[in-house]
Amino acid sequence: MKLSGWGRFPVVDSWALGYNHQTWWSESFIATGNHRSYGDAALAPVHLPILPRNRLIAFNEQSGLLTCEAGILLSEIIEMFLPRGWFLAVTPGTKLISVGGAVASDVHGKNHHIQGCFSEFVESFKLVVPNNQTKTCSRIDNPDLFYATCGGMGLTGIITQVSFYLKPVKSQWIEQTTIKTANLKHTFEAFEQYQDSPYSVAWIDCLASGESLGRSLLMVGDFAQDGDLDYQAKNNLTIPMDFPSFVLNSLSVKVFNSLYYGKAKKGESQQRLGIDAFFYPLDAINDWNRIYGKHGFVQFQFILPKAVSFDGLEVMLKRISQSGMGSFLAVLKLYGAENQNWLSFPMGGYSLALDFKMQSGLVTFIRELTDLVVQLGGRVYLAKDALLTREQFEQSYPKVEQFRALRKDMRLDAHFQSLLSQRLGL
Amino acid sequence: MTESPWLLVLGANSDMAIATAKRYAQAGFNLYLASRNLEECEKNATDIRLRYQVEVQSFKFDAQDFISHADFYASLVVRPQGVVLAFGFMADQKVAQNDFALVKAMIDINYTGAVSILEIIAADFEQRQSGFIVGISSVAGDRGRMSNYIYGSTKAAFSNYLAGLRHRLIQSSVSVLTIKPGFVATKMTADLDLPAKLTAKPEQVANTIFKAVEEKKSTVYVKPIWRLIMLIIVHLPNLVFHKTKM
Repeated sequence: MKLSGWGRFPVVDSWALGYNHQTWWSESFIATGNHRSYGDAALAPVHLPILPRNRLIAFNEQSGLLTCEAGILLSEIIEMFLPRGWFLAVTPGTKLISVGGAVASDVHGKNHHIQGCFSEFVESFKLVVPNNQTKTCSRIDNPDLFYATCGGMGLTGIITQVSFYLKPVKSQWIEQTTIKTANLKHTFEAFEQYQDSPYSVAWIDCLASGESLGRSLLMVGDFAQDGDLDYQAKNNLTIPMDFPSFVLNSLSVKVFNSLYYGKAKKGESQQRLGIDAFFYPLDAINDWNRIYGKHGFVQFQFILPKAVSFDGLEVMLKRISQSGMGSFLAVLKLYGAENQNWLSFPMGGYSLALDFKMQSGLVTFIRELTDLVVQLGGRVYLAKDALLTREQFEQSYPKVEQFRALRKDMRLDAHFQSLLSQRLGL
Repeated sequence: MTESPWLLVLGANSDMAIATAKRYAQAGFNLYLASRNLEECEKNATDIRLRYQVEVQSFKFDAQDFISHADFYASLVVRPQGVVLAFGFMADQKVAQNDFALVKAMIDINYTGAVSILEIIAADFEQRQSGFIVGISSVAGDRGRMSNYIYGSTKAAFSNYLAGLRHRLIQSSVSVLTIKPGFVATKMTADLDLPAKLTAKPEQVANTIFKAVEEKKSTVYVKPIWRLIMLIIVHLPNLVFHKTKM
């Protein structure tokens, strides 16, 4: 079958391994979840679908510790537990990912600046390594495997079971404040001003230039203290076909950007939103990746250390604006300190995430941007990446040699391979 | 407040059975899950209990151990309001042609075992004048075909049995539903390239069962196209049929 990541680029012919583990060890493969990583992290000629393993195993009503098989989707967990007053302690911008995928990409969300990555709430997990050995990994048991696996892009084994903490909430509603900023400096000031707010993210108008460069809508918020927990997932819109390529040209993106920015009130405004509208706005549209047409798109997410964030972003935004390559979504966020995981993406600083429709000249352009990111001491998010070079990777992920050594020692490199691992020499 | 009704699921570890159990749990049913593999069954029971906060009990049940069936049914503290018979066994046709043990296992599980337990349950439902019985049969039973006729014949017998049982129990307000799923995407077929238009998801099978029981349907093909396909296959004249390899 044809397989691709959420960006629909690249595409690979892949066949699925069966449920029975006896068939697993004769060739290399990668375990896959819901195929929501954007690039080639979950692509390989052979893959092992993990979604069929989706049972709950235990839940502690006092501590919120949930133990489940790795194939369960975050959306299922929300549907089951939000009505009982529990929510994910860390959630990325889509709920349509598996718990195993959340660990493998060590995902993060709007509360990274306070709570860190998904792995901070993982107590332990079970990892199947070659020849069906199951390792229980935590910060105490097999700590190396723990730190390598969280963020390890599935290259250390098959994550089959995860124990992690949910957090108690009193409402299914979020109290949000939207701050409309005029330029990049103003945006940074607003982030600093609201850094105690539990959730924050800015939508940035990448195509604005001159004095408006970096103008944004900063959205901060937290769960309401009152309200109901009567949560029900809604039916979604579906994009029924690939949009023709001309739909998303730079002009239409510019118009979209202006309308989005323009509709927000000046200064600060307050809203009360459901969790889906606040955390997962794009999940409301099934297959939204099809708006980029059949050639797919590349999402480019990088982070810069805080000290160089402002100057660096100014340069990056100018180049993106000049390129006219059009980015539908650009998300800016202030992050908290980095964790101990060997390949996790976040570090203390600002991250920008943008989509580019696949087009001629894009690969070169992104490689140039990446060079700049790496020079500035930043890095690119592997869960979204399809274009990072081995050199760029080695310069920006300092624990890569540790990771390679572990793979070699445990003979993981012979069994777990993806296009990403081959591209980056992992 | 009336107590929640119970559903008995026989052969509870298959993906179709699990999905059906979940669908009924969602509707507030408590569950008896019965399977040969008790350890696996208990895992599924825990999952459903945590998801839907209903009562779920698991039991060891062996379709081939006929004499145990009466005691098994008597051990259920609260009589179930419905039963879903989801156990079944399909051996590869070519292998079975040379191994009668496999043939006998298919007959014993798919037909004899099914009749054995359902007769016990039918007697109870008939006496209580209420209940529903769901049998998961197969399109393979609609016409014997060289590629699958031994399994198919056990399902033909089972479908025929269900038809008669329906006839008998209609006077007692007990409904009997025959489900013919066609291809189903399960963890056992994950590595097969099944044609998408002909393949149902387990959740689809579950929803179909739930709805068909409510509407007191008799025989339902999960994907309606299968009714058409089988109609054609059943009516193909031998002259044509014998030239095919299906």
